[in-house]
Amino acid sequence: MITKTFKGGVHPPENKKLTDKKKYENLSIPSTIRVPLLQHIGKPAVPVVNIGDIVEEGQLIAKADGFISANIHAPLPGKVTDINLFATHMGRKNTCIVIEVQGNFGHKYNTFFNDWPSLDSAQLLEKVIAAGIVGMGGAAFPTHVKLSPPAEKPVDCLLVNAAECEPFLTVDDNLVKAFPDEIIEGIEITLKILKIRKAVIGIENNKKESFNLLKKTIASKNLSSSISIKMLKTKYPQGSEKQLIQVLTGRVVPSGRLPMDVGVVVQNVGTVFAINEAVIKNKPLYERYITVTGSAVKKPGNYKVKIGTPVSEIIDECGGLIKEPGKVIMGGPMCGLALSSLDIPVVKGTSGILVLTEKETSVGDYCACIRCGRCVQACPVNLLPLEMANAAEFTRFDLTDEMNPLDCIMCGSCAYVCPSGRPINHFIKLAQNHLRNKK
Amino acid sequence: MSMDIKEKKLILSQAPHIHAKQNVTVIMWIVFASLMPAAVNSVLIFGTNVLIIMLLSVAAALSAELAVRFFLKRKLTVYNGSAAVTGLLVAMNVPPQSAWWLAPVGSFFAIIIVKELFGGLGFNIFNPALAARAFLMASWPAEMTTKWFTFGNGSIISGNIDAVSSATASSNVIDVISGATPLAVLKAVPSLAHQSGAAASEMYNALFSFDMLKSLAWGNIGGVIGETSAAMLLVGGIILLITKVIRWHIPAAYIGTFSVIILIYYFATGFETPFYALFFHLLSGGLILGAFFMATDMVTSPATSKGMIIFGAGCGLLTAVIRLYGGYPEGVSYSILLMNAAVPLIERYIKPKVFGTRAK
Ligand code: SF4
Ligand code: SF4
Repeated sequence: MITKTFKGGVHPPENKKLTDKKKYENLSIPSTIRVPLLQHIGKPAVPVVNIGDIVEEGQLIAKADGFISANIHAPLPGKVTDINLFATHMGRKNTCIVIEVQGNFGHKYNTFFNDWPSLDSAQLLEKVIAAGIVGMGGAAFPTHVKLSPPAEKPVDCLLVNAAECEPFLTVDDNLVKAFPDEIIEGIEITLKILKIRKAVIGIENNKKESFNLLKKTIASKNLSSSISIKMLKTKYPQGSEKQLIQVLTGRVVPSGRLPMDVGVVVQNVGTVFAINEAVIKNKPLYERYITVTGSAVKKPGNYKVKIGTPVSEIIDECGGLIKEPGKVIMGGPMCGLALSSLDIPVVKGTSGILVLTEKETSVGDYCACIRCGRCVQACPVNLLPLEMANAAEFTRFDLTDEMNPLDCIMCGSCAYVCPSGRPINHFIKLAQNHLRNKK
Repeated sequence: MSMDIKEKKLILSQAPHIHAKQNVTVIMWIVFASLMPAAVNSVLIFGTNVLIIMLLSVAAALSAELAVRFFLKRKLTVYNGSAAVTGLLVAMNVPPQSAWWLAPVGSFFAIIIVKELFGGLGFNIFNPALAARAFLMASWPAEMTTKWFTFGNGSIISGNIDAVSSATASSNVIDVISGATPLAVLKAVPSLAHQSGAAASEMYNALFSFDMLKSLAWGNIGGVIGETSAAMLLVGGIILLITKVIRWHIPAAYIGTFSVIILIYYFATGFETPFYALFFHLLSGGLILGAFFMATDMVTSPATSKGMIIFGAGCGLLTAVIRLYGGYPEGVSYSILLMNAAVPLIERYIKPKVFGTRAK
């Protein structure tokens, strides 16, 4: 088996052993949930319920506002007690619908609709839109937008991202192990929506079991002519969209353009699983699987959680903390978000909750660049991170404007390797903001 | 428990939330450690005198950095090992019999003038230790070029000197040679031959011999403290490569370019033993020290792979030209200093092509 890879990247310790053999468990039900209206890239959804309303499990509670937005559903039945601003993962306050949980649940979405091939592409897409599906890998871009490429940009290939290159996270790996049939069927559905016949799954070579399982499933369903799977080298950021496209198809997405400009659509495995559930079970996206991990967590593992559950309750359910937490991160350690408070609720794009101790996460004060070139070597897009960061640090945005800051994918590889501990990508973010504001 | 964890103060900062282990302090102390084989070897060969020189030089570098940063109200960073490395490298660049104050003065110069006045680690343009060497050469040339260690009877080098001198049969020639480095002897061969009337080719044969190469490898020769044992320096260089503190680009381009030019020269000029000549050049005059420890100084070399190769090749070219055609017997330090000055230029023209963009 040829393992494929891209230029640059880094090899942080994988730390997946903490959870990679942990099968999914359900967490017990929280008493209140807080569902943010903005969990995706685009416009926040608009509430369609009022305070005091009684809602059912899976009921639409906020409607997509325009094309680049997504519907939001009640994760649990109960009473809407508040619609107000609360802390969310975005780092600032956002409107959330608060539901006090009451009533029955767990009885819906148990019937299966297996005759999806009778539906046409538009009908299937309608189900994806209705279910409010967004990218589950972290970016949370509304999925139906990616699945509706304009006519002038014909797509011929679907890439399914099962790389899971973030250290610590094992959620996708376990999703594959638990639901290989559903995932392959989800790919079939997605192919039908896109009206194409070719899908390639990319998975890192530290997940051999999942690789073999998917391969077997493809063969047993006689889909080898349309769906293939390729082994990728374990390296961060292997799962980054443009890198994955280059590795799997040899196509290079031009600077400032989108995957569909080279005829490709990329979906995360979690997303194709959600597409499967939306079509087969008519089930909206209101719960998801996450990895809860870190040396500070008593019972690290993979869990099924309702969107809107506060992080603190999830950590409690995992036995609480056994070490002083330094950082609580939503997502992985390389590009997840550090949370300001444990009240923040899980959203559709939350792939994991990682608790690191101060020692595990701190680099101390950063110092001057020693020009070692490690960041240049690590950068998967061939930027000169040191120069851009050094200029941005002294607000020389006249210089950074010329250095392609917008091509930076914010993977953090540069800052990971920097011996001076410089927050390089943070500086590059400043350069990006400057250029975006100018445009 | 949920109550307590909610009240915990959490660190908020941008991703990545984990970092590679190799920070500046780790890197500098690895460099320091990889200089140890050569340092220890030189103490064994030259005696405790060089140990004292090295200790004084490191102490001078550390105290200079402490003092300057204290007065300039900069963060104190002596623990990070950068000054210690500079101090040790300065000591390795003075002759073993030089006065005790020479290396410390060089270290003061390196730290205060070359490093801190340019803004501290990361902002200096020139390699501090090499700039200090150039400064010492200009200020105390006699101290820097005549205080070589003279080996007693029985050492391999004295055997060689005898071989060279017997060929010359002239007492004033012996005086010149016994207090010189192999490269200085090499440079002096034409004039020696002229004065003595002896055949230059015999002298060349004595220099480009297996015995000579052995002495160069183990360090039983005249030279500055650090340049004498090529083998020990190579051990250190390999440690740097294995620990990924340095990359192969600069040493490989440096040594590769240098070798090609030297070989072409000795083939073209019709020498009988061009490969002995090559190894004589490779193992002498601090080339290994320069290629692995000086040219690779991160702050003063390019940050891109291509830039590193051009930089290394430039060092190799200049060193070869100085040695073959220049007025100095030895060209490593001036070559690297010249290339240090060329780094901004290299960086300006060598830009990697950004993913998804067209070449400009
Ligand atoms: S510059 Fe941007 S793309 Fe390059 S390594 Fe840093 S964060 Fe990643
Ligand atoms: S990794 Fe850090 S110290 Fe090294 S060149 Fe890049 S910014 Fe400078």
